[in-house]
This record gives sequence, C-alpha cells and structure tokens, in this order.
Amino acid sequence: MNKTARRIVGTDLSCPGATPCDRPARELRIFCDQVWAILWKDVRCELRNKQAWTSMGLFALLVLVIFNFAFDLRVDNKVAVAPGALWVAFIFASLLGLGRTIAIEREQGPMDRLLLCPVDRRAIYLAKLLGNVLFIGVVEIVALPVFAALFDVPLGVGALLPIVLFGTLGIATIGTLFSAIAAATRARELLLPLLVFPLIVPVVIAAVRATGDLLAPALNEPPWLGLIIAFDVIFLSVSTLLFQYVIEE
Amino acid sequence: MNGTSSIMHGDRTVVNSNTVNMQGSAIEIHGLKKSFGLKPILRGIDLTLLKGERMALLGANGTGKTTLLRILAGLTRPNAGSVSIEGLDSEQYAQQTRHLVGFVAHQPYLYEELTALENLLFFARMYTVANPQERARELLQRVGLERRTHERVSTFSRGQLQRLSWARALLHVPHLLLLDEADTGLDQQGHELINALLAEHTAHNGSTLFTTHQLERALADSDKIVLLSGGHVTYQGETKALTLDTLQQIYREVTQ
Amino acid sequence: MALTKPDTSVRQQDTPVSTKRSAGFPLASLLLGGLALGGMLITIWMAFLYAPTDAVEGPPQRIFYLHVPVAWVGMLSFIILTICGVVYLWQRDERWDWAARASAEIGAVFLSLALITGSIWGKTTWGTWWTWDPQLTTTLILWFMFIAYLMLRSYMGRTAASARSGAVLAIIGVIDVPIIYESAVWWRTLHPPKEIGVAGALPSEVVLTLMVALVSFTLLYSFLMIQVYQLQRAQTLAERLRALVE
Repeated sequence: MNKTARRIVGTDLSCPGATPCDRPARELRIFCDQVWAILWKDVRCELRNKQAWTSMGLFALLVLVIFNFAFDLRVDNKVAVAPGALWVAFIFASLLGLGRTIAIEREQGPMDRLLLCPVDRRAIYLAKLLGNVLFIGVVEIVALPVFAALFDVPLGVGALLPIVLFGTLGIATIGTLFSAIAAATRARELLLPLLVFPLIVPVVIAAVRATGDLLAPALNEPPWLGLIIAFDVIFLSVSTLLFQYVIEE
Repeated sequence: MNGTSSIMHGDRTVVNSNTVNMQGSAIEIHGLKKSFGLKPILRGIDLTLLKGERMALLGANGTGKTTLLRILAGLTRPNAGSVSIEGLDSEQYAQQTRHLVGFVAHQPYLYEELTALENLLFFARMYTVANPQERARELLQRVGLERRTHERVSTFSRGQLQRLSWARALLHVPHLLLLDEADTGLDQQGHELINALLAEHTAHNGSTLFTTHQLERALADSDKIVLLSGGHVTYQGETKALTLDTLQQIYREVTQ
Repeated sequence: MALTKPDTSVRQQDTPVSTKRSAGFPLASLLLGGLALGGMLITIWMAFLYAPTDAVEGPPQRIFYLHVPVAWVGMLSFIILTICGVVYLWQRDERWDWAARASAEIGAVFLSLALITGSIWGKTTWGTWWTWDPQLTTTLILWFMFIAYLMLRSYMGRTAASARSGAVLAIIGVIDVPIIYESAVWWRTLHPPKEIGVAGALPSEVVLTLMVALVSFTLLYSFLMIQVYQLQRAQTLAERLRALVE
C-alpha cells in the first residue's frame, strides 16, 4: 500500500527525478486541467439545474420585445436604436447570469469546496469566467436571430461575432470578479449592477458603436473593436491577479 | 521507515532547512490567533502533533475547535501566529500543505447535482491524483457506496453523504486527517467502515486530529487529549494517563 | 499535564493597532487646518476680486475657480484611496484601510460638488444642465465608482474581507478611468464638442488664482483626511469594544 500511496500523492511532492525544465510545463498542464475540470463541473451542474439558463434566455427576448414597443421603430431611425437595444438586452441578461457560477459554490459555505483543494486561485477565476462567457453566450446566440427578425435589420454574422465575443468577455471579466465580492453580501442583486455598470462603460460604448457601424458604416470610425480587445486583455490580467484577494477568508 | 514519510523527507530538506528538530511532527502551531469580524475566537494557541499520533480536541461549543480545524485545512487564514504542517509553513506553502491534509466535517463539501463518482473524479482532478477512476471506485467500495456510484448526491441520505465525504477526504492519501464531528449521521455499518479506514490511515503513520463531544470516544480513540476553552489550550495530556472520571472532572473544571 | 486557568479577562484583546496614541496628529492637524483656512480666504479674495472678469462669459465664469480645484481633489482622493488599498493588500495593516475609507468619503463629497458646479457652469454657459463631454462623463462615472465603493464597504461592514474587496474595486477603477475617458473622447468626436470656454492663452492672473485655489483645496483635503481618518479609527475601535462587551 505504501508504494500505491506514493503513486497516488500529487506530483508536486513526489517527483525527485523531474528536471527543473519539466516543472513549469507540468504545472501549466495541471493548471489548464484544473480550469477545464472546474468549468466542466459548473456546466454539468447548471445543465442539471434547468431554471437558471432558461430564465436568462427568456429575459433577453423579453427585453428585446419591450424595446420594440418602447421605441417607435420607423425605418429611418431603426438602425440608430437597434444596436443599443441589443446591447442593453445582453447586459441585463449578463447581470442575471453572472451570479450563477459563483452561486453554485456558495450554496454550501462560501466556496469552501474549492478552497479546500490545492487548486490555484487563478484557475478558479478563469474557470468561472469561461463559465460565465459560455452561459451569457448561449443566451446571446438565441437572442441574435430574434433581434434580426424583430428589428428587421440585416445581420452580417461573421463581422458581428468578434464584437459580441470580445464585448461579452469584457463584461464577464469584470462581472466574475465582482460577483465573487457581491456574493458575500446580502444585497447582492442590488450591489452587482452598481459595481459593474460604471466599470464596463467603455465596453458598452465601443460595442454599441461597433455594432452600429456594421449596420450603417460611417467614415473615420475609431477602432472600437481594438478598444474592446485592449480592455479585455488589461482587465483579464488584472482580475486574475486580484481574484485571490477576493475569495480568501 | 515507510513510504509516506520518506516522500516528505526528500521534499522537506529542499524546502525548509530548519526542520531538523521537527522530524516527526505533523502539526506545529505557535501563538495562533483568529477573530471573526469583531469577535476573537482563538486567542493564542500552541499545539504540537506528532506523526502517527491521534489527538482528540475537546471543548464546549463555540470555543474555536472548528475554527482551528478550518485553519489547518487551509480554508481560513489566521490573524497572527504560525502554523506548520510537516514542517511546511501553511501560509507560505498553502497549496502544498493542502495536498497533505484531508478534512471531513459535518458539511459534506460535495456537489449535489453531480453523481457520487463524478464528485470523486472532480476532487481527484483537483488533488492531481494519479489513476483517478481506479482510486475513486476503490474508495466508493471501501465506504460501501458502490451501488450508488451513478446516482446524484442530492438523493443521498445523511449517512451516505457523510461516507462519501470520507471518500472525498481520503482520495489523495492525506498525511493528516482533520475530523470535525465526522461521524454524524453514520449508522453501525458506516462506523465500522470508517474505523477500518482510520485504522489503515494510522497504520501508515498518518496523523489524526478530531473533535468530539463524547469523552469516552476521546479516551478510546486518541493518544493525546487537548481541551480548548476561552480561545486557549487549557489542558494537554496523554490519554493513557487518564481515566474517564479524571477527564470528566477536568472537563467540568475547565468549562466553568 | 499542566492545567491552566481559562482567561476570561476582557482586557486581553487583540487589537492589531496600539490604543496608546489618543487623538493622533494634533500638531499636523492644527497646522494644516490653519493653512487651509488661510488659503481659502486668499482664494476667495482672488477669485472674486483679483482675477479679471471673463470677456465672453462674464462673472459666472468665476465658478471655474471652485469647479476645477474641487474636481482635482475628487480625482486625488481616488488615487490616494487606491494607493492606500494597495498598501493594505500588501501589509494587511488596517490603518491603511481607515485612510482609504476616509479618502473615499471625502472624495465622494468633493466629486459631488464638482458635478454640481460643473452643471451650474454649463447652464450659465450653454444653457443646458448637462452635456456628455468627456470630462463630465468621466467625472460622473468616477462619482458612481465612489458611491459603489462606499455602498460596498457599508454592506460588508468593518471586516478584513470588506477592506480587501474595497481595495480590489479601487484598483480596477483606477485602471479603468483612463480607458473610460478615452472611449468618451472617441464617442464625442462624432458630435461637435462644446468648448468649456477657455480657448486661447490664459492671462497670468487667472493661472495664479487657479494655482492658489488648487493648493488651498489640497490643504483642505489633507486637513479633512486627518479628521475623517480619526473618525474611522474611532468607529472601528468602538465597534470592536461593543462586540466584546455584548
């Protein structure tokens, strides 16, 4: 049994033979494996809990329909309003969804189940981030064709996809970090929008403008997609580093 | 002398050079303090546990037994003091010390929507256990849950949850087992299975720190007894020097 | 087999901060307060009497001498808040957290004043209470960040988790503000911007008055920081004592 024990114990402790060069590569592989494991676990938990993502999808559709009534959409001003309506719907759906991946953990004491394990806290953040992007993304995929139909706008999906992808990533980067903070408070549904909205203003401006630019191309448009990508890169790095301070106890 | 300690031996000399004196210690705690918000719970704990020892932690509710175990398990950071597990400082080497520790509490720390096997496989990946499938199935069998391998944990009874929690804690062959009222909900069969696992753990020089309210249990299953009161260790002694009556008397005195 | 008596003394308390120092910084407080008062009086005199009346806007332009320093103090508070937060995360000394909260409270007040004075100035100059030019937009978002910070700290109480979360919010905010400003600038280049009104070279009296105003308000900020820091310290210690006694 001792030999079995030696084989079983994690690689960190029992690898005297490994060369120094192997270590980072192996640690990276373990890191990625753990991100993937947590993501897969979250997806499976959410899929088996049907309420969350069906409500999110319906909510996005409802917002779009309400916008249709709220704004008088004659042909000429449709293009001006449509991008804004789309992104407001996405943002509100995101806010609903952002709490989910963190809520999965908190059901039994704040994130204890994961914190118990020797898993890198940055891996937890990335897994939660990817989970959020996935959930919000599913809602967006449903909402987009409906959007095109309701607002009767031509939809070049190819060009729109990067905007939606990177925009959602930007919202989720900030949102995942702050949903971990807000989850510790009792007024989390109120607090999360308050924390997230001011910070995602650049993404909102850029995403709406970029979408509008697709529908009605204008001259001398600033590189909105570039701004979103820069935002994503900066805040992905910063949030990954800061996440551990938020979830430790 | 045997496999588990020789693994640590090699690592320890590389990682922490001043552990020559601490050969054989599983836990070393000095001046541990912890407050939750405004209330101080632990006000300066000094404790030592040697490898292969079993220690019973006694004390009234709210005296910080759970907090102490949670700090050792890496769930909470202390406000002051030092904690080292097998010579590794638990703050500096947090991830390594988590590998060494298995924690069973009255909360099972499991995911309700996943099946028993999925839970164990997940935690096996978190602890980088080699041969996860094999190990998970082996443990499911050892805790008597092989018939519920593919059933969702939300359908489990309290006793079954507890058994699965034990399986989760033992997946990575921990050197130190922390047990916080770990036998709640277990029936007779459950107790037998768990005791067998515990005996095996101790036979391989694994250390155990457990909390209990039952003085008889403390006397029967431990080598050392520690009493916590008012955030301090108010009594520490060898079990073999105690009888039930003396222990009851001490307990009463200390919890006044 | 030693048996030790349980310690029930309330006095054995682990405040990480020494309570020996009573009302700290009395000299600095007095000095800064005096200088700030003097500076303010000089500023008022200069703003109304020394500086020339603006040819284009007339007397209402003088609100500039209040608006700019107040906005400056608001921005400074946010930077100080972030620095204190970063040091707190590094040192885990709660005094840095008290300073951070103090800076946040002061900053929120000053930034509110900045928005109000900016709005009034806008009304007198262009006839509208609000315009979405980059400076005002960024100021507004920054104001929301202050409010979010204060609400977060309020909800989470006076715990270490609260301090850490506040610091994280401040760090993200401080990195975000330049990006917000830049995106607002891009956004507004599509619409003709309304000039704030100081086109061309500024006469030296205006510059001098502005400098004096900035210095005075910074002194005022420093003075207030000491007061509010002491307040934060007192509140935390009082809460802790209350919890022990209950």
